[in-house]
Formats: sequence, C-alpha cells, structure tokens
Amino acid sequence: MRRVFAVADNVITSLGFSTEANIAALRSGECGIRLNNDPSLTISPVPLSLVNSDNLDNAFSALAEPKGFTRFEKLFFLSASRALGSVHFNWKGKDTIHILATTKGNIDLLERKNMGKYSRERQYIRDSSARAKDFFGFYHMPVVVSNACISGVLALNVARLLIQHGKYRHAVVTGADILSGFVIAGFHSFQTLSPGPCKPFDESRDGLTLGEGASTVVLTSDPELKGNKKRIALPGGASSNDANHISGPSRTGEGLVHAITRTMNEGDITASEVDFLSAHGTATAYNDEMESKAFSECRLERVPANSFKGYIGHTLGASGIIESVYSMESIRQGMLFKTLGYEKHGVSKSLNVIRENKHTEIHRVLKTASGFGGCNAAMILSDTC
Amino acid sequence: MVSKDDITITGSCRITGNSAFLNGEPYFSSAEKEAFPVFMKALYKKVGPGYPKFYKMDPLTKLGFISAELLLTDNARTGLYPEQSRGIVLMNASASADVDRSFQKTIEDKEDYYPSPGLFVYTLPNIMAGEIAIRHKLKGENTVFILPTFSMEFLTDYVDLLFETQKVTCCLAGWVEVDDKDYDSLLLILEKGGKKKENAYKLPFTKDVLENLYKPD
Amino acid sequence: MEALIEKLKKEIIEALNLEDIEPEDIKADDPLFGDGLGLDSIDALELIVLLEKSYGIKIEDPKDGKKIFYSLRTMAEYISSHQKK
Repeated sequence: MRRVFAVADNVITSLGFSTEANIAALRSGECGIRLNNDPSLTISPVPLSLVNSDNLDNAFSALAEPKGFTRFEKLFFLSASRALGSVHFNWKGKDTIHILATTKGNIDLLERKNMGKYSRERQYIRDSSARAKDFFGFYHMPVVVSNACISGVLALNVARLLIQHGKYRHAVVTGADILSGFVIAGFHSFQTLSPGPCKPFDESRDGLTLGEGASTVVLTSDPELKGNKKRIALPGGASSNDANHISGPSRTGEGLVHAITRTMNEGDITASEVDFLSAHGTATAYNDEMESKAFSECRLERVPANSFKGYIGHTLGASGIIESVYSMESIRQGMLFKTLGYEKHGVSKSLNVIRENKHTEIHRVLKTASGFGGCNAAMILSDTC
Repeated sequence: MVSKDDITITGSCRITGNSAFLNGEPYFSSAEKEAFPVFMKALYKKVGPGYPKFYKMDPLTKLGFISAELLLTDNARTGLYPEQSRGIVLMNASASADVDRSFQKTIEDKEDYYPSPGLFVYTLPNIMAGEIAIRHKLKGENTVFILPTFSMEFLTDYVDLLFETQKVTCCLAGWVEVDDKDYDSLLLILEKGGKKKENAYKLPFTKDVLENLYKPD
Repeated sequence: MEALIEKLKKEIIEALNLEDIEPEDIKADDPLFGDGLGLDSIDALELIVLLEKSYGIKIEDPKDGKKIFYSLRTMAEYISSHQKK
C-alpha cells in the first residue's frame, strides 16, 4: 500500500484568492460574511460569504478571457490552476485523476435571465468536468463526487483510496460551489438560515450562513514530488450513513461515530493522539448537538475543536476541502484558530471549542463533515511523512 | 467459476424503456407510450412495498428506490451482513437535474415565490442513496459519482477497493439516471463469494459482465 | 369551518403527495403528525408554504407549527382567524 501526501493547495473564498491570504485573514479574526440584498440572490436581506466578482474576473484573466466562462467555472478552474502552478509534475499523464466535489455546479444557469446565454448542456455538472478535462488537458474524464455537504471530505477519501492502491499516482481534487438564488431559496425554505453570521456550538446559535468558494489539493504517492510546502499525509478516512432521515441529522450521532471510529482505526491513531478537531459545525441547532454527542462518544471532548463556518459560512461541496486546507495550515504553522461566533457553550456535551488563536504543536488533525441524505465523513491529516 | 474471495454480482435490476428486468429475467413492463411517472407508479404497485414516502420522492430517487426494492425484496442478501459495512455506490450523468428544474420553477417569479422544501431536499443526487439507505439499513460507505457516461471501469475499480480494504462486506452499486423523459438504470447487489447454492444467480463483477448486463436487448 | 376543512384535506393531499390517501381518510380532529399519515419535518415545512401560498399567512417561527398543524381543525381555526388573502 502506498502512502498518500498532499503537496500543493489553493483556497478561494471571500477572504482571498490564495491559501496564504485566507490564513492571514483567519489569523486576524476577519469575518468574510456580509449582509446581502442582491435581488438576483435573495428576496430579503441575508448574510452571505461571497467571492468578489470583479476580483474573480481580474484573477481569472491571467488564465483566459473571463467572458467565456460561468462564475462556477471561473472559481473551479482558477483554484485548480493555482494549486497546479505550485507543484511540478505532468498532470496530463495517464497516472493522474481529477476529482471534483460539488453539490450544484452551474446551478445559476437554470435562472430565466441566463436562458439562451449558454447551451442547455452547460447546466449539467458533467459539462463542467468535461470542460475541465479540455481546459487542463487531463488524460481521464474527471470524476465528480456529489454527496451533499460531505462531498469535499469524501472526494479526498476517494482520491486517497485510489492512489493508495496504485490505480493512479496523483490526484487533483477540487471542491467548488457558488451561491445562487436556488441554494439560498432552498435553505430559506428549510428555515435554517441565521439572521446574522452563524455561531457554531454557541448557546444562541440560530442557523447556518451560506458561503461560496473553491479549493484544490494535489495528492500524490510519489515520494520525490514536492511542492513549496511541507507535505501532509492522509493516513485514513471513511464515510457512513445514518439511515435515519434525509434532511434531519441523527439525534444520537451514531453515524458520525462510525465514520470517526473507522477513520481512526484505519489511520491507526487514538483519540488522545488527535491534536485538533476540525468539526463541521454548521451552527444549526440539531447539527451541532449531534456532533457534540458523537465527539463525546468518541472521547474527543478534550481535543481542541473548531468550526471554520463563522469566517466563511457553509461553502457546501467545497467546505470539506477548504477546511481541510485550513487544517493542513494549522499543522504547518502550529496554530489553532478560534471558532468565530462561539461565546457561550451551547451543546449538551462538553467540548474543547477553541476560543482564542493559539500557537502549539499540531501533528494530527481529525476532519469531519455531515450532510443531507444522512451522510457523514471523516479523515485524518498528519505531519508524519 | 467464482472463488470465495471474488466479488460477485448476486442480484441485478435493469430498468429502461418501460421494462424492468430482475436477474436478467423480464419482471414487469408497460406500454412504451406510457410516461415515466405512470410506469413508475405501476411498477411500485407491482413490487408492493407499501411505502407511501415513495410518492414524495423525485423521479431519480423513485427509480433508484424501486430498483433497490426489487432487488432486496426478492432476495434479502444485505440482511446477511452487518449494517455498518453495507455500502452504496451510485453513478449517473445528470445528477439531480430533473428535480432541479422543478424546484427552480417554484422560485422563478418574485410574485409567485414559494420555494418548496419537499422539492429542494431532493436536489442532491445522494438523497437517492439516503432513501435507499434508510429503507435497507445501509449504514456504511456511501458515494454518488457523476460522469458523462456510465464508467464501468471506474465503478469496478472503486468498489473493488472498498471490498479489498474491508470497508464494505456487501454493496449496492450501479447506474441510476433520470433526465426529463429519459431514464435508465442498472443496480447490482455485490458480495464476496456470494451464494453457496448451485444454479443461484452469480456473476463475476467485471467491466465485461457489466457491459453485458447494461447493453440494450 | 367544515367547508374549509374539506378544502384543506384536498390541498394537503396534493401538497404532500399523499397519493394513496383519500380525503375521507383524514379525520378533522386526528393528529396530522405521528403514525396516521406518516408526515415528517419536511412535510411540516411544506405545510408552512401551503399556508402562505393559499392563504397569505406567514409563520415566522416553525415552532408555532406544532400547535397550528396539530389537526385539520386547529389548522382551519388558525386560517379563519389569520387569513388576509
């Protein structure tokens, strides 16, 4: 079995267009969430974490003329391109697979105002992946993982499994989702949107905040391939299903417990060896409560834990990859980032939710995610290379 | 010959062109001119699970759900394995595009803006996996892939690894696609070794066998 | 009130896709949620949409739904006393 490492990455969110810009913002406690009243997105003001469109076009114009691309394609291709630009290997070879994690792709093309502007085929996620194949010259047709809010973590797990067993040598894994009237209306109809920036694990949390973004990680089993950053190993990961309800989180956290347990077994680590827990922490009443039960059951209550949702909102299919890259930077920089929005503990089980940024040695991170469809996923990031 | 370590197909359900085939045998069909919802309802009545939640599902979830129902009612294979190691891996070309368009209609006009939660929840293709998981207690690995065409090579590669790494002991896997009037599915039960009985339905899980099962008659 | 209850029966069957259920299967005073009709939290959200769409009544706090949607009768009473449309 081959060992799998992350060697290059990129993050694009409201906080910036590079991993470095994002981390600098996290360090200074910057929140990318703003109240938005754009009629093309929402019928009433709602806090959102949006990527600035002009800045996106400016950054994208280094790759191609932005006019020929949709917002989703720009985010997706820019992120993949920036990650690929920081590591040298032939990604056009037969031994590289590209995996895209997204929930909705070009969903804004369904809107009446976009009808006729683009081909009907472009509304489909498969069109975006086929375009990525042409744009980057990948050998294989990219594979899309579309598993609600665990898509990002799951895509990294899928890539790791394929590389570990020699099906491919390298993987370019991108998570991307845009904010649209569609997604905002949907969450609105579920009455799960918070009137202010979300407050994960807080007593007064009242729902989630939506965000958008893209993030890419380059994975490899090649011991010689080095990017410009310290390599991070991915020794374990698993997914599970609650088999309980399609939208409500499990009341017991049993499904998440199974995903975490199998992940820690595969990665051969115990709860006391986890230095940082990057939770899903959407700040809905039920999700955070479910997570606290699962973490407690897994004896993770003392592990410093956070949710990054208070900075950039819930970036859906991209969230698992964005938050994994943030977690890798936590390891590299020896830095625990506070949970923005968390003041008073508001879940039934005791958790060590990070209140202030703190410098400390971090060797192993547990990343988790849970989503609609009853799905849960977990993975380990480790500096033991 | 199938050895005890080989992954085998111990059930297959193919639905296309208003016909359903179970383990290669015709199970049910209705007149070709009948629309997909009519055919689906007739098939549901024939399978008879008595599961009213079915009517709330979007067309994609209905197709996946009824395929799983057909496979597992006749042949409760998954019951032989621990819930936590029962996997589900599905693939399609259009994600949830069909119900995406239905939901979009509920928000298109600002004067008639009533986003439907009952539609929105199905605008993720893995909800189909979730509904099947609830019904058959599949609590293990669950993944939905989107590819322009049914990639049997990728499906067999990935599912092989799930078995090899003991992440699953049995798995429901296949292709479930719905887009407008077009629909098409091939769902399989996979196990290691499979049934002991002679003459039982048992095929090797390979790309060639999948091609054979998927090809139009 | 009785006419409104009859109208609601049909609207609920349609909005919640209760295909195998006939209007006469739903009794005016029986609990809507629980075992009977097999409704769940998504159905509750869909009923909130129904009230807004057909009767112009907005329920801001989903927790209020529990009382309002207890039975067809409680729903009809709430509509009669709040209707604007």
